[in-house]
Amino acid sequence: METINLETTRDEAFLREVEAESGQRVTTCYQCGNCTAGCPCGPEYDMQVSQVMRAVQLGNKRLALSCRSLWLCVSCSTCTSRCPNNIDVAKVMDVLRHMAWKEGKTNYAMASFWQSFLTTVRHFGRTYELGIMAMFMARTGRIFTDVDLVPRILPKNKLPLKPHQIVGKEQVGRIFKRFDEQRRNAQDGGHNS
Amino acid sequence: MKLAYYPGCSGQGTSAEYERSSRAVCAALGILLEEIPDWSCCGSTPAHACDHVLSAALSARNLSLAAAKGADRVGTPCPSCLANLKTARHRMEDPTFRGKVNALLDAPCPDTLPDTVSILQVLVEDFGVDAIAEKVKKPLAGLKIACYYGCLMSRPADVMNFDDPENPMALDRIMEALGAEVVPFSMKTECCGAAMGIPRRDISARLSARLLETARNFGADAVVVACPLCHMNLDLRQDQASKASKSAFNMPILYFTQFMGIALGLASEDLGLGKLCVSPTGLLQKMQNAKAAADAKAATDAKATTDAKKAEAKAKAAKAEEGQA
Repeated sequence: METINLETTRDEAFLREVEAESGQRVTTCYQCGNCTAGCPCGPEYDMQVSQVMRAVQLGNKRLALSCRSLWLCVSCSTCTSRCPNNIDVAKVMDVLRHMAWKEGKTNYAMASFWQSFLTTVRHFGRTYELGIMAMFMARTGRIFTDVDLVPRILPKNKLPLKPHQIVGKEQVGRIFKRFDEQRRNAQDGGHNS
Repeated sequence: MKLAYYPGCSGQGTSAEYERSSRAVCAALGILLEEIPDWSCCGSTPAHACDHVLSAALSARNLSLAAAKGADRVGTPCPSCLANLKTARHRMEDPTFRGKVNALLDAPCPDTLPDTVSILQVLVEDFGVDAIAEKVKKPLAGLKIACYYGCLMSRPADVMNFDDPENPMALDRIMEALGAEVVPFSMKTECCGAAMGIPRRDISARLSARLLETARNFGADAVVVACPLCHMNLDLRQDQASKASKSAFNMPILYFTQFMGIALGLASEDLGLGKLCVSPTGLLQKMQNAKAAADAKAATDAKATTDAKKAEAKAKAAKAEEGQA
């Protein structure tokens, strides 16, 4: 087990930022472990969700933002509904993911999937399932992803080969464009200060 | 009853049967769905995992379009769309957050945005379970069904405001109204693995196997769902779950609107039953057998009653004759 030096690792600003961004008082967590007990992905986590909450309380940014668990959480909100202190734990996990994403600490497979998904929305206004798969395979090199499902789904005539394109797809594209610009500006501002 | 309708992207693809059967059931019950013109994707999990403002902006475009049409409520079959649309409106009650969302949009949102409800909620709360029961033409008698709700339909409770987050009953009540036997099911709101199927199929296979196994152990003939992602994991990916747990599942997974359509006597092509990967044929056969058995029993009972009546009349006549003599 890793020894944590509370004198040197405590980053108050990080704790405050997580609380502000999520609107949740993570400091009220008393480590009962209810969230961890109900978490469906706990067995795959490197840090259990209650430990992630503890890392936030301790202001340990490195631990909280570099754990693999952030990318394995399925956002099912079981933790949220069982927290005796009414912390929206899933929202805190979301916020930590946002912060890790901004710092470039992403899990490759997970982020590749999400980015592929959002790219289709950005271009067509709606998701394009085959496009997501193709992009995910190209990004990750996992070209055999779900090939076993092909003979199962093709006869069902469900997957449109071409994307649905909406009239207002450019409006949707502009939402993403402004978002990217804001993020770039914030990062430039961050580097300058 | 009129609703602005948000079909959601998966309804145009992998959950085409949910989309089709939702529309068919609503039409049969006189619920008018007015599709939001030129609706776009809500961003689903990838958007809110990336950023809350981006996610809300993608939802807000659709809520604004619905508001422009004068809608006060939006209905959607998909719990993920539901969660995003509802959460966006909830978060935008905070003026600072709303300002950030507006900054991403071409034009700021109207002050009042419509609330979003699931088609399930509309059917249970507005149309009503008793009214559904009255419409049943072909009861699902003889079927044992496990009701699986998934995670998002009523969580987080303070935003979703529907049913019980730990022990929801909406599907149970509908299935009972349709004449099915609802089996106890301890995994009602346990996660199926959501979108993990693509990046980490080992996780979705393990979680889905757990659900299928439990449903089977409780004696279910089928599992009913209300979510496209749950359906994909349990139906399309059922063989992956079988492999992961070294058991051979053959569990039909139907959308609740498909079961409703069957019971309301709607045409099979309007319900997309042919699009299910695990065939429901055995299930429908079981229903037919149960009906045949019930009909045969009713006929025997009726015959027995007539025979008894005849015998009684005969005895009476004999008695009367005896009295005369």
